[in-house]
Amino acid sequence: MSIWLLVHPTLAFLAAPLLPGIINRTKAYFAGRDGQPLLQTYFDLAKLFRKGAVYSRTTTWLFRAGPILSLGAALMAVVLMPLGELPTVWSFQGDFILLVYLLAVGRFFTVMAALDTGSSFEGMGASREMQFSMLAEPVLLVGLAALARGTGCLTLSDIAANISWQAWSQYGEGLILIVVALMAVFLVENARIPIDDPNTHLELTMIHEVMVLDHGGPDLAYILYGSALKLWTLSVLLVNIMIPIHTDLLLLNVVVSLLGVLCWAVVVGVIESTMARLALIRIPQFLVGAGALSVLALILIKK
Amino acid sequence: MHSRIDIIFTLIILANLLLLSSSRLGTCINVAAIQGLLLAVLTLATRTDEPLIQTSILILSTIVLKSIVFPQLLQRAIRDSETRREMRPYVGYAQSIVVGMVVLALSLWLGSKLPLPNPTISPLALPVALFTILVGLFLIVSRRKAVSQVLGYLVMENGIYVFGVTMVHESTLFVELGVLLDVFVGVFIMGIMIFHISREFDHLDVDRLSTLKD
Repeated sequence: MSIWLLVHPTLAFLAAPLLPGIINRTKAYFAGRDGQPLLQTYFDLAKLFRKGAVYSRTTTWLFRAGPILSLGAALMAVVLMPLGELPTVWSFQGDFILLVYLLAVGRFFTVMAALDTGSSFEGMGASREMQFSMLAEPVLLVGLAALARGTGCLTLSDIAANISWQAWSQYGEGLILIVVALMAVFLVENARIPIDDPNTHLELTMIHEVMVLDHGGPDLAYILYGSALKLWTLSVLLVNIMIPIHTDLLLLNVVVSLLGVLCWAVVVGVIESTMARLALIRIPQFLVGAGALSVLALILIKK
Repeated sequence: MHSRIDIIFTLIILANLLLLSSSRLGTCINVAAIQGLLLAVLTLATRTDEPLIQTSILILSTIVLKSIVFPQLLQRAIRDSETRREMRPYVGYAQSIVVGMVVLALSLWLGSKLPLPNPTISPLALPVALFTILVGLFLIVSRRKAVSQVLGYLVMENGIYVFGVTMVHESTLFVELGVLLDVFVGVFIMGIMIFHISREFDHLDVDRLSTLKD
């Protein structure tokens, strides 16, 4: 049993940078390009770790602490998140609230580091990031609360273990609403296309990208790795709901869930390739709509 | 059975939220048409104990009027007046959704308080009926274009229909047909008015009609 505890964190730490690679390859396929190698994020990380960092004299310790603290929050979020039936190292009543606030802490320090540079562009990005995440946070919290209400469990691993095909037949309509709302949160949190374009380099339209412009070397590597881990955590959350596989064979469950995560990355690539970016002023409306869906799910799901 | 009806109610709620959040009039009209279809499905699912001929007349008239005739009339009105969007509603779209959620909570609370003579099909029936009526009312007071207000009127009627079809068990056919006839005449007259407004003023902003005073 004890060896199973370490399976998901190890897998996540090793395989998380693969997800951006899969998404980029899918987008490249849709655009008719060859695209970058699947392992490009690993190469980037290796390159950045070999380099030194340059710090502006106007910045303080906050700027240096930001990337490390946000990576720390992302690492803890991975440890909290169960993959299907795999037990987590650390689990307690109400740990899904901690998950939401770990994501918030990571974001807070990224924003602090951005504001610390004193650059007006980074300030703009920070303000946008906070505005949208302020709307996205209740969606995630209410969505998870609806899941907790449906399954009658208060820990993430119990919730994941109790979502089954039977749950889908009992309150499937609520689960569909939760999945759609959490997809919106996923796209906001990971700066994906209908909300933010991870590839854009036009300062006026950037949100997340603009906040990390002044980081370089190992700091940028921490940020890249942290965002890959965040992508992995939220993907696993969605896959746990969408593919509730509970066979007797634990290994089979793990393999199916992993394949689900990889397929989900392809789906995200398809969403990014087929949708246009929303105008900035339309994003709050999009998020409020997602919030309405998760509140509706909370109302509809009853145990 | 129970959960199938709940799915219909969920879809009706989602249609209401879409009506609150969309600025494109064409989309709104289509959503209202789909809501009409949902009402027909709801009738089919709840009226299993009544004579087939009554149910089928009700369903047919609902589909023909709410999903075919009204949408066609309104689509024609926005085509003729070249109104594509509700540009500046009195209440913005994100705020409208928030109001919608508050109204939904209010109708759920009311639905749990009101005593009902007959046992209902689903605990969601009364809240959904109230929610739909209130959303219709909200659309009428918060939108500027005449077409959106007609849509609000239609949505309100949909709410009354939900109430009738799930709560009232005797002689509903005649009541429902009477209501449908009223709505038909109402929408018809409003369609003619929209046509005249757009021909006279090149726009459908109702609030500017107040400048017509002598």
